[in-house]
Amino acid sequence: MMTGRDEISIPPGTIVSGKWHGRRYQMIRRLGSGTQGTVYLVKAGNKKVAMKIAKNRGSLISEVNVLKRTGELQGQPLGPSLFDNDDWIVNNQIFSFCVMEYLDGVPLSEALRNKPFDWAVIYVIQLLSVLGRLHRAGYIFGDLKPENIILLSPGHTVRCLDFGGATRIGRSVREYTTFYDRGYWGYGTRKAEPSYDLFACTMMMIYAAEGRTFEKNGNREKQLVQIVRTNDKLARYRSILEKGLAGRYALAEEMRRDMLQKATEQESAPVLRRSHTSRSAVSRTGSERNGWFGAIVTASVIMAAYVLFVMVYIM
Amino acid sequence: MKNGTLKQILLITDGCSNQGEDPVAMAALAKEQGITVNVIGVLDRFDTEGGRGLQEVEGIASAGGGISQIVQTRQLAETVQMVTKQAMTQTIKGVIDQKLNDILGESETVEDLPPEKRGRVMEVVDELGETVDLDVCILVDTSASMKNKLPTVREALTDLSMSLASRTGANQFCLYLFPGKRKSTQKVITWTPHLENIEQAFSKIGSHGVTPTGPAIKEALKSFNELAKTNWLDQDEAYDDGPR
Ligand SMILES: Nc1ncnc2c1ncn2[C@@H]1O[C@H](COP(=O)(O)OP(=O)(O)OP(=O)(O)O)[C@@H](O)[C@H]1O
Repeated sequence: MMTGRDEISIPPGTIVSGKWHGRRYQMIRRLGSGTQGTVYLVKAGNKKVAMKIAKNRGSLISEVNVLKRTGELQGQPLGPSLFDNDDWIVNNQIFSFCVMEYLDGVPLSEALRNKPFDWAVIYVIQLLSVLGRLHRAGYIFGDLKPENIILLSPGHTVRCLDFGGATRIGRSVREYTTFYDRGYWGYGTRKAEPSYDLFACTMMMIYAAEGRTFEKNGNREKQLVQIVRTNDKLARYRSILEKGLAGRYALAEEMRRDMLQKATEQESAPVLRRSHTSRSAVSRTGSERNGWFGAIVTASVIMAAYVLFVMVYIM
Repeated sequence: MKNGTLKQILLITDGCSNQGEDPVAMAALAKEQGITVNVIGVLDRFDTEGGRGLQEVEGIASAGGGISQIVQTRQLAETVQMVTKQAMTQTIKGVIDQKLNDILGESETVEDLPPEKRGRVMEVVDELGETVDLDVCILVDTSASMKNKLPTVREALTDLSMSLASRTGANQFCLYLFPGKRKSTQKVITWTPHLENIEQAFSKIGSHGVTPTGPAIKEALKSFNELAKTNWLDQDEAYDDGPR
């Protein structure tokens, strides 16, 4: 059996104290759990922070390594900042834990369900800038999927969560999820290189447009290209997505630049017109898919993209 | 340890052995020879056997110093590669723990180090996991109840090969099916660096009701011996590192 322990239940109010650094934390509640461990909201003094308690004592080590590394980077943080890393001894058992910044928001997986597609574009554009910086630091994220990205409540900015899959460039990808994995779709190896993450970004766009994940059928490569070519929401980004699938973007910045450009192109009029005149040529069933794509939404996209543009030039 | 080789047996089965040697004993034997035995139990039949299958799966892995995992057929690919990699890390960590033990005394493990040092040691473990060579002998249970799962198994193995090919270290695989047509175990692919185009390998099987897991593990041990022999011959020509 795997050396894992079942999740322990820790009542609210419990004091968790570290063996090595001696810091004390008070348990508030459980936030969620994954393969590596369980995350709790705890209080350090009067500040709320997130504590991840490892399932196996070894399982957090590499994640902590990456958090340390990304924490040293200048500028906007890529993920939660790391505050502490220690062991807690209770009832003769030792639990390893790390303490990080509490990121208050909704996972992207939820946001994508509740917001129109234009927002997905913006999130991916934001994500690409985070990824670009992570890549420059020598890592890829690896297990990139909406569940591992959090949308901070104020300000609509994305942050990565769960760096357990982050892998040094050149190594083999540590963790992945099949739908977002280019190996699964027959688009390349599981070697950690920026294009691996960019494939996952492309799949996030496909997921957002289709509203679901799906499995591969017989002709893997064609399957994705077909979706990119036929889904109306993706029409505008077709060339970018095909490039992303094929691994022809070497840098996140390149993909980001292209996405920004497409998102800001003044194409709202043709889009509206197309749905009247050439409907038969463009779409068959489900022709209303694009109906919500109203002028207001388009305007808000342009606004948001403009804000992003400004941010880019300032940074 | 410049560039050692890790040796693993990967057993994919869906139930209890019912013929030949005790698979748990065979796994213990494997461990003695420095071969780790990992077991993947494909769900379904385990429920109907009153936990005996599950017990055997865990027993084999634990005697073989490896990892076991029960999965549903559909998660096979992810699990196979995860188990293989985790077992590699575990083995390497075991070696390092042993060294720590020698140096620091008592039962020190990587986890007992202060958190800061732990991180650095783990980077070394990762590095080794990327660069060591890996030999995996795969044993697939092809008894009647496994039949409709075999296409998924096949894909999972191709996927494993791809995953491992992304490492820096070299890989070798061989594939045995059990029960075989006439013998208890049938070798279908000998040591090779890639598992591609293995559809054919699976077309040769006939399905029996028996599950000779123990004999299959024994057969796998033999294949490692043969490999060692050929390696030794190769090494003899370029004698620089010295035999291990
Ligand atoms: N810093 C944080 N701030 C707020 N919530 C967090 C934080 N870290 C984790 N969480 C929450 O805890 C849950 C589990 O965390 P996480 O996904 O990191 O665990 P994991 O074991 O690494 O999971 P995985 O199976 O994806 O590897 C997440 O769903 C997330 O909502």
